[in-house]
Formats: sequence, C-alpha cells, structure tokens
Amino acid sequence: MTTHATAAAHHAPVVARPRVGVVKFASCDGCQLTLLDLEDELLSIVEHFEIVDFPEATSSRSPGPYDVLFVEGSVSEPAHLERIVELRRRTRYLVTIGACATAGGIQALRNWGDHDAFRAGVYAHPEWIQSLARSTPIAEHVAVDAELRGCPIDPGQLVELLTALTTGRRPQLRDESVCMECKRRGVVCVMVGKGIPCLGQVTQTGCGAICPRFGRGCYGCFGPREQANAAGLARHLQMAGDRPREEVGRLFAGFTAYNEPFRSMVTELGGTRTGRAAADTAPTTGGKR
Amino acid sequence: MSTATKKVVDERLYEVGELTRVEGEGSLRLRVRDGEVVEARLGIFETPRYFEQLVVGRTPDEVIDMVARICGICPVAYQMSASHAFEDLFGIRIDPSSRALRRLFYCGEWIESHALHIYLLHAPDFLGYPSALDMAADHRPLVEKALAMKKAGNHLVKILGGRPIHPVSVRVGGWSRAPRVSELKEHRAALADALAFAQETVRIVSGFTMPAFAREPRVVSLRHAAEYPFNDGRIVSSDGIDLAPSDWRDAFQEVHVEGSNALHARSLDGKGPYLVGPAARVSLAAEQLHPLAKDALAASGYADLIRTNMFASIVARAVELVHALAEALDIIDAYRPPAEPLVAWKSRPGVAAWATEAPRGLLFHRYEVDEAGRITAAQIVPPTSQNQAAIEADLVVAAKEVLDLSHEEATLRLEQMIRSYDPCISCATHFLDLTIEEA
Repeated sequence: MTTHATAAAHHAPVVARPRVGVVKFASCDGCQLTLLDLEDELLSIVEHFEIVDFPEATSSRSPGPYDVLFVEGSVSEPAHLERIVELRRRTRYLVTIGACATAGGIQALRNWGDHDAFRAGVYAHPEWIQSLARSTPIAEHVAVDAELRGCPIDPGQLVELLTALTTGRRPQLRDESVCMECKRRGVVCVMVGKGIPCLGQVTQTGCGAICPRFGRGCYGCFGPREQANAAGLARHLQMAGDRPREEVGRLFAGFTAYNEPFRSMVTELGGTRTGRAAADTAPTTGGKR
Repeated sequence: MSTATKKVVDERLYEVGELTRVEGEGSLRLRVRDGEVVEARLGIFETPRYFEQLVVGRTPDEVIDMVARICGICPVAYQMSASHAFEDLFGIRIDPSSRALRRLFYCGEWIESHALHIYLLHAPDFLGYPSALDMAADHRPLVEKALAMKKAGNHLVKILGGRPIHPVSVRVGGWSRAPRVSELKEHRAALADALAFAQETVRIVSGFTMPAFAREPRVVSLRHAAEYPFNDGRIVSSDGIDLAPSDWRDAFQEVHVEGSNALHARSLDGKGPYLVGPAARVSLAAEQLHPLAKDALAASGYADLIRTNMFASIVARAVELVHALAEALDIIDAYRPPAEPLVAWKSRPGVAAWATEAPRGLLFHRYEVDEAGRITAAQIVPPTSQNQAAIEADLVVAAKEVLDLSHEEATLRLEQMIRSYDPCISCATHFLDLTIEEA
C-alpha cells in the first residue's frame, strides 16, 4: 500500500493500447474533467488508450478488466467499501487522482465532527441517507500504484503519467515543496514579502505555485510533502504572526486536511467546526493588506 | 448502462441504472401502465458531501474556496454567488473594473461548460454516437473545433484565476490579482475564432432533428435591465415572480424527497415545477442578448421552440455561447486594470444571500454570519435541484412520445431528454440546514 506514491509511483506494465477506466467515488468530477480538458491531446490520447469505461464522457460501458483505472473521489458511503475492493481486483494499474482520492477531500472535514448531527442537521429524513462517518482516501482501503495529487490534479502531471504509461517507464513527478517552484519562477515570497500565511513550504508541488503567483498563500491542495515540518510552520505562524491557534488550524483544515501531518495540526489546533474558538468576536477583515 | 426490461403484460418500465454523459451519478425510472405514467423518477445517488455543514465556523474567503469544490464544471458559479452574497451584506462596493472582470470570468465558465455539454455530452445523442470520442472518428474537424472553443473558455478562466478548475483569485472585495491588459489581448484571437465557430454551432445544432416534445414550462432566471444575466439582476419568472437576488426564499423552498440525495426546490405558491437554465434565460432575457447572439437566435428559427421543446435547449446553449464569446471580446477591448483590485472590508453580522446564473441556471446561496464574521448556517440551492421536479414532469410529457418506439430507442430518447437539462448531479447532492417535511 502506497501513501506517498507521487514519489514512488510503480512502473506500469507495458500494454499496446491499454484498456482504461475512469470511475468516481465522492467528488466534484473536476479531476476526471481534467482529462477532457486536455483539449490539445485528447484525440491522440484515445488513439493510444482504449477508454472502455468513463461514464461522464461515454455511454459505452465496461465492467473491466482494466489495464489502467483512474479513481477519483473518496470512500464515503457503505457501498464504496465493496466497490473499491472489486475494482482493484479487476485492475492491473490503479491510479488515484486528486485530493478526494488521495486525502479524503474537503468532505473529510466531517471526520472531526459528529456525522449523525451533520446528517440530521440537514435532512428531514436522515434515515434515507447512506454515508459513512468518515471520508477516507482510496489507499486506506486498497493498494494504489500511483497517485496524482491536487484539487484539482494538474493537467501537465496527467499528461506525464499518460506518456509514462505508454512506455512503461516511471512517471517523472517532482517531489519537492511549492517553495521550490516559487524560487524557480522568481515569485516573491508572499509570507516574507507580505506577511500572508502560506503552506508552500510543507505542501507538495505540482500546481505551478498558482496561489503565490496570484497574490495568495498556498492552501495546501496538493497535500503535505513527505516529512513536512507542519508543526514547525504552525508554531512560527502563531508566534511570528501573533495568530490565534484556531486561525492557524484553519489553514491546515482544507482539501487535504486528513493526510498527516496536516491531520495532527487540525486535531491539535482546531479549525474545523468542532475546534471553533467561541470566544473570538472581533469582526473578520479582508481585502487589502 | 443497464437497460432492464421487466414487461408485465401492459406495463412498461424504462430504466437507466446509471446515467452517462452527465456530471455525477443519477438514474432514471419511468413506469407506464396502460399508457398512463405511474412513476417518473430522476434518482440521485451521488454520495453526500455535507458542504453546508463544512462551512460552518469558517470565514467568507474560506467559503469561496470551499464551495467551488461542489462542482468541477462550474466552480466559478459557486465563487460568484458566495462572493456577491458577502459583499452585499458587508456593504462592499467593488471596483467597476473588478465587476467587469467578474462578468468576463463567468463568460469563460459558460464557454467551457456549454462547449463541453453541446459537443461532448449532448451532440452524440443527435448524431448517434456513444461519445464525442467515437464521433471524432467520423467528424474529426468538428470535434477539434469544439475542443478549441472549450479550451478558449478554459484559458480565459485560467488567465483570471490561475487554473480552469477551482481557480484561486476571487476574494470578497474583488480579486487577489487582476490580469494585465496584455494577458487578455494575447487571448483575443483564440476567442475570436471561437466566436466564429459558436455562430456556426448555432447553425449546426438548429439543423439537428429534434424529437417531438411540447409543453409550456414555467421559467425562472435572473433579469437585468442592461445586461444578459450573470452576477446581477432580479429573480423573475414567466408568471410574475419579481424578487431581489437575495430573496429567493420569498418564493421558493427545498423539500427532501425519498430516494434522492438532493433536495427538490419547489415554489411556495404551489404552481408546480419550474425550469432554470439556458432555455429559461433565453426566454426571459432575450432582449439583453448581445446583438450577435440575437441575430443567431433569430436565424435559428428556434426563438419559441427553445421554451416549449426541451430537446431544443441545445440551441439555447449555442446562442449563449455566441453571447459569452462576443461579450468576452467586448470586455477585453474595454479593459483597464482596476485601480483597486481588492478593496478593504470588515464583516458585519447578518444574512448574506445572493443568486447568480451558473451555466445550468439560477444558483442561490444564503449564509448566516455572526459577530466574528464566521458562518453559522448555510443554504446552497443549485440549478439541478431546482430543475429536478421539472425533469420528472417532463418525463411524463416525453412518455407519450416514446411508447411507439422500441424499448431500446425509447430508453435512449428519455436519457437524451434528461441530458437536455445538462444535469449537474454533484452540485445537486449536498446538504442543507433546512428541514421541511415532504407534504
């Protein structure tokens, strides 16, 4: 079972025109849409790959077997538990795509809350609703051969993975922090330059440092780097910025909150609704800094 | 796609266990006994993700990032309804140039979403293919141009927001970064090519054979005196509803119906289902269409059929593509970067509510905000949950037209009709702090 497959993506078996499936669990469909957003490459992709199952794009269906299966979304309801095991059985090379599949997604914030209260708080008939108390990444349930991080995944990384699959080589995906990307691109550090809290130093690169380039701090949508010192960053943000614990907790309580070490930061500092600081009554401000 | 056939003498069951070429997971079930529809159901089994609960305790800017993740196809719509709701409550006046950029942002999303739906999801029904990828084998230049048009929309969102899906730059008060004039000018040629192809698209889709279908729907959309509706205007209907964009709840409510993980929206006056989306907008706001889009609509011969024949929504979508591309070019030509891309603001407690026009129709957000500027309750009403009752009513209308077809053809026709709504099931599946018992 791989939890950091970006760094350790397996070699894929070489197959002429592999049979490919694209399936979803709990998700927004944005990562599978990234495949359809490869407008320049899409028609040549279907020459190299046989898309046998991709319900969002085609009415032709296949239950497998699949040479390659792209799995979007998190395991989030009882039926998902059996379904992912069954899909794994019919798949040679399983790739998880996006923050939901690799980290449980934004919906994993419920893992810190009271699931029954969530369900009842919204539905007149919670008993009609099937869902699990926790939203979990695919790798918590079955072995994963490679993963593409991000909310959503990066089109360039997807093309790299597809290209690698046609030759059976290992995909070349950078294993470094967003900070490195900013330095390479000459982006002025938003934390040093503007005092904006940024998760760039503890977050896996892949996005192209979009948020710092757009005047914002990174919000961690590609998830934590291996051995990221999240606790150190959290301490720095509290001390140097004089920020309340819960505000720092909320930085980590995003799209990849359920991956360690972000998970421990949320548990320790708060940031989801269970960890909310009730005493804080000063208005929120925004806009110009 | 499982097409189960359980014929019981004079009873027919049309069933699609998992709808394809739609966004998200849904099913269709139509049961006809002696020519009478006894069951018409659009099932939504997409798993719930509890967005209205997840945003509780968070700040307005965090909400803008979070609600985008309701939908990978229309994240901009979620960011727009949320940001306008908060700006309305906090009394923020964004820079006029920021406002123009918000319209441009929406143009990009409509282009991307409508191009995706027309060519990748819906046209294969009219031309007899399981997918656009199969369609490309016989119509490669057409699919290539469609992909180029889609890319023009996606790239526009990317210029403004950093990436086409879940862009990052929309903030309460404006933008974290406004584009340089040159960045937009560089994209002008691609948009102009796409505009020419959008005009051709109106001609192509209005030449498709439309299945017979007729009804007079009640239609609802935003309408603005001077603009085709994106971010601003009043909520109006074909039968006299006229509300501020914050007051959706004065005329509508949501109801939890068994067998669906989405909540159905209903009007409080009991007048039954209503239709939102391109066909509703073109019906209610045709006057505000860009002149090029008006011309395209007039030449299509579909000005009235768009409202009465659900299958013709593909023409409405194409007309809106012309509008979005023409307006995008106009905005780019007039663009001056905002003097103040992001204005300073301070939260105040109260109710933040607003509706904007997502590609698929009216999208209403409502947030209760406390003294500290944190969300205490949220309600998000996406277009597909408003259309769900209309889709089921239209299945009854469509049933009459399909009884003479083979079972397979009939099932396909029904699925095509549902795709005419461009249902976004990931959007529709979410949870509200609203508990109203099914009547």
